[in-house]
Formats: sequence, structure tokens, C-alpha cells
Amino acid sequence: MFRRLLGVAVLAAALPPAQAQESPRAAGGNAFNPGISLILQGTAASSSRDPASYRIDGFAPTGGEVGPAPRGFSLGESEIGIAANIDPNFSGQLVASFSADNKVEVEEAFFQTLALGGGFTVKGGRFLSGIGYLNGIHQHAWDFQDAPLAYKAFLGGRLNDDGLQLRWLAPTDLFLEFGAELGSGRVFPATPNSRNGANAATLFAHLGGDLGVSTAWRTGVSLLRARPEGRAFDDVDGLGNPVTQSFTGASTLLIADFVLKWSPNGNATSTNFKLQGEFFRRKESGALSYDDGTALTGDYASRQSGWYLQGVYQFMPRWRAGLRYDRLDRGTVDAAVPLAGPLASDYNPSRVTVMLDWSGSEFSRIRLQLAQDKSRAGLTDNQVLLQYLFSLGAHGAHTF
Amino acid sequence: MRTIIAITLAAACSPALAALSIFACEPEWGALAQEIGGERVSVYTATSALQDPHHIEARPSLIARARRADLVVCTGAELEVGWLPLVLSQSGNARIQAGERGYFEAASAARLIEVPERVDRAMGDVHAAGNPHLQLDPRNISRVAKALAARMSVLDAQDASYYLERELAFQQRWSAATARWERQAEPLAGLPVVVYHANLSYLFNWLGVRTVGTLEPKPGVPPSAAHLAALLAALKQAPAKAVVRAAYNDPRAAQWLAREAHLPEVVMPFTVGGSERATDLFALYEDSIARLLAVAR
Repeated sequence: MFRRLLGVAVLAAALPPAQAQESPRAAGGNAFNPGISLILQGTAASSSRDPASYRIDGFAPTGGEVGPAPRGFSLGESEIGIAANIDPNFSGQLVASFSADNKVEVEEAFFQTLALGGGFTVKGGRFLSGIGYLNGIHQHAWDFQDAPLAYKAFLGGRLNDDGLQLRWLAPTDLFLEFGAELGSGRVFPATPNSRNGANAATLFAHLGGDLGVSTAWRTGVSLLRARPEGRAFDDVDGLGNPVTQSFTGASTLLIADFVLKWSPNGNATSTNFKLQGEFFRRKESGALSYDDGTALTGDYASRQSGWYLQGVYQFMPRWRAGLRYDRLDRGTVDAAVPLAGPLASDYNPSRVTVMLDWSGSEFSRIRLQLAQDKSRAGLTDNQVLLQYLFSLGAHGAHTF
Repeated sequence: MRTIIAITLAAACSPALAALSIFACEPEWGALAQEIGGERVSVYTATSALQDPHHIEARPSLIARARRADLVVCTGAELEVGWLPLVLSQSGNARIQAGERGYFEAASAARLIEVPERVDRAMGDVHAAGNPHLQLDPRNISRVAKALAARMSVLDAQDASYYLERELAFQQRWSAATARWERQAEPLAGLPVVVYHANLSYLFNWLGVRTVGTLEPKPGVPPSAAHLAALLAALKQAPAKAVVRAAYNDPRAAQWLAREAHLPEVVMPFTVGGSERATDLFALYEDSIARLLAVAR
């Protein structure tokens, strides 16, 4: 037995290694260049209300880019992504976007561990937070051109704080993942600050799996806690005088999300269907100030919520159609001082969006999107836009 | 009660007492790992023969399965570029990261054909390393089996002799079967066919089957009406014997062309599980050759 084993081992050792059969690869200074991908996008849009006057009534402004696409032709965010393994322990990625007004923004710049094992992964730097479902997906991979109203009202579009993320995947056949993040609090709902330590924190859990061969699902709950300090917005009072309203206190956001994907035998190439929805609920309490020259400060407490539900159906190769319904509920807002701007409005915004897109290949997509947006109290904004989305360079990831 | 919970947990966490837990990206590598690993391995196959291997998403279930795998066996050559890196990076499993011993690419042991001189997406979804559908050349299966058995022996040194002996036995059966298939398939030499995608090139290259047209105008680009009409016209000049597609390819275009050109449509299993008969690697080849022979006569 031993001799046979030895013989086999010698035989195996004497054979050339598998790699030796490979054709020789060019090895030069650029052999270690990272994967580079580029997203080009733009829109031609028309809307019945001026996008510059956009606001979500009933909710405090977030300061993020939440308005609809500008009227007429407009370059969307051009995005460049650079990613590679750093060494056997880490990988790194940078995603920078160039906006139409010639600004560069670092969307993501993070390292991630490869070798911790035991189901643990640590990410550090600036990254799209793991909360919710849509938050972790880059805008160009969304099924509609813009974010759901709930993302706009509660996260200013999305959460990409600077900080650390720890994730742990349970060793089970069912996908069960837990995550926690500590952040600087540089973005809404927190405020930039000069405090030591973390000023925003998240917790999330995801559960997912397959239902037979044709259906896959994922659901999750997330919690975001932040301590904004002097989170302010400017508006005008009834007489047109400038007013600043600012909030200091605790903000807790709860998100419940689900996504379900169906395709015949799990083969999404010809036809497939995707249903997703998320529910947001935010509780804020602390002190609100109203400053029209004389500052008034008083107790503030609010409970607000919102949700969206969307379905996208690929009815034949290349063609997809989608429908999305958005709804925000102003809930209860109790303040001991006057409320300013959109926050003063007792209004529940809603929106209906339909889209049709055509993908010439995996790397190109042209989309027509129509929306009836009732974000402004008593006003209906009818929006039509045509969008192109092109992906160049390194192959994009097929995120679930 | 506590014991029951402990047992249930243990059962849930280790579905088999097998030494090696293998995550196979495609059914052919799942089948090959099973041939070599016998009862000492537990194999999870991430995709089925009815799924387009180019368009898989990093589903939660795949990430969960990769979490506990000791060895990932995939094709490589960029076939899984859209989803495997994501599965690996989210698995939190250090053993199976690219470059580790628990990461095995069949393409590293196989001989690839149709390596493009240059790559440009204007040519469609081309793979810089060559055609990745390498499992339909039996010589590639043999090469991959050798490299895979060596890798499994390294990962599970205790069972090394078991794996290597099983591999030798497999190689003997496989070379005998290959010689038999080559004899059986002699009538296929020069058989002109139209194929959906260049996913049967290795089989055709091995058997001398001639591809006279593809339903996809460019790799990964779905057939268009204009391209199909041009193909139909071209078939009048240079007739083919059959319209051939893999089980996972969209049937509509192939059926349309077969009807219009009065040709039989041949649905190839493409990989293990792609037809009722193709239950293992041997049956996959037997069924593939039988289906082509049926239209060659």
C-alpha cells in the first residue's frame, strides 16, 4: 500500500505542474494594473415643474442630491472604478464620480480583508453602507434612474460614510449575515463634526436563499443611529424673511427590505422578474431651533415613515419594463418652536414611476422613464426622461 | 432537549462527514470532483445545465455555500467573472480566495482554443483567455482530472492515495471511452451545422464538426431578426445539416431557423444534467455524440 502511494506521489511529482501547459503570459510593468471600469451615462429630461424647486414636503431637507434630472440634455455621473487585490490579505477599490458640473466625488474608497476567515470580513474607508437593499448597489445598476423617495428623504439618496464595517456570515446553508458599521457621521442623517470616535453606527442582518431552482430571495433589517448636531437648513417664513431651522439630538432609522427574483429554471437570460420593496421608519428626538434673527429653541420629536415597492419584468431578451410606487408618511412631528420650510407642511408625498429599457448587450442600456411625482404639497410634477448607461472596461459584478 | 439541539446544529453545520467540501461552479466540475472524490467529498454545484454560465448572479445561497467550502472548482478563463469574485469576497472564507490552494480553475490545466488575437467589446462578450466552454473536449477533462486530483490530495493529504487511485481508475475508463467515442463519431467529421453560441466549439473541434454559422451575431449578443434572415439566406448557398444549441440557450431563434431552413434542431446537453440521459460525464459525451449522429445520417 505504502509503495503504491509512494509511486503515485512520485508520478504526481514528476508530472509537470498544471500551469506549465498554459501559454506564457506577458509579464511587464503593467501586469499588475488593477481592473478599471468606466460608467458613462446621461439623460434628456423634461418635467412640468422646475427641478430646481424640488423639495419633499413634510420632511426636513437632507442636503443630498435628491432632485429629479435637470431639464434638457444633461450628463449624468460618469463613474470610474479601480479595483484589485492588494496582497493576499486585502483587496482595495476606488469609485470616483464626475458630475455634470465638473465636480469629482469619491463615492467609495475602501480596503476589504480577504483572509480573516471564519466568515468575517472587515471593510474600511468610505463605502456604500450595507443597510437596506438598494443602498449597497451603485446608482448605474439601479432599475430606475433615481432613488426611491424614502432613500431621498431619509438618507439624502444613499449612505456612504467614512468608517469601518464588520460582517459575519453564518456557516449555514441558508444565507444569514450580520453586520455592523461605525462611521464618522459626515453625511445625513448625521452631521459633519469634530468629535472623537464614531458619530453614526449601523447594525444589519440579512437572510436569504433559494425557493426551488427558479426563485431566489433576500430579506433584511437594518438600524442606523446617528447624533446630528446643528443639522440645519435655510428657508423663508411666511413674509419672505430668511429662517434657519436646526436640529440637535438622536436619530434612529429602521429599514426592513426584501427582494425576490424569479427566472425560469434560474436562467435569467431570456425572461426574469424582480420584486423589491423597502420600508423605512425614523424616530428623531432632541432640540429644534428656529432662527429668524432671534433664535428660539425647544423640544422636538418626530416619527416618520416611508416605503416603496417595485417590480421589473424582462419580457423578452434585451427588453425590461418596470413599475415603482413610492409613498412617504409625514407621521407625527411635535415641536415646541415653529416649523420652517418643507417640515412645516403636513403632507404625505407619493410618486408613481414606470420605465422601459433596452440592453444592446450586457454593457449598454437605454431607458425611458416616466414619473408622476407628488413630492411637493398640492403640486404634480410629470417627468419624462431618456437615459443611456454604458459600461466600459473591466466586467461589472452581477450583484444579487 | 439540549442534545437534540446540539445534534441538529451539528447536522446543519456539517451535512456530511466527508473530508472535503467542494463548491463546483458548473455541473461538469461537480461531476468530475465526485468521480475523483467518491465518498470522501461532498459536492455542491452552484449552477445547473439550464442556466447560462455567463449570466449568474451572486445569489445569497451561493455565498452561503461558499462560506464553508474547502475547495472551489471553477472553469476560469473569465467565464465566472461576473459573479464568482463577488461570491468569494462576500464568503468570508479565506481558504478559497483566488491564489489560495482552495481555489482551482479548470482552465489552468486545460488547453484553450479560440484565443482572440486582440480583445475589443465591439467583438461581443469575448474572453481574453480563449473559449471557456472547455469541458466538451475529453482531453481537457483528462487534463483537469489530473490537476484536480493533485489539488485534492494536497488539501486533504490523509486521503491523497484514495483520490489519486480513483483518478487513475477514472483516467483508464475515460481514455477507453474517448477511443470508443472517436470511433463512433467518425461519421460526424465534416458535418456542417449552425450553432447558437460558440459554446460547443471544443466538441466540434475534437470531432471535426464544421460550424457554418452562429445564431448570435456576436458572442453574447442575442440573435436579431436581420441576422437570422441573413443566416437563412446564407444557408441556401451553403446548406447545413442541423441547427444546434445548448439546453440553456433560448429555443426561439433556433426553432425559427430550423423551421425556415427545414433542418432538424439538436438540443445538446452541454453539461451534466442538460438532458435526461446526461447524468454523469460519460453519459454527457455519449448523449452528445448520439444526438449529433442522429442528424448526420
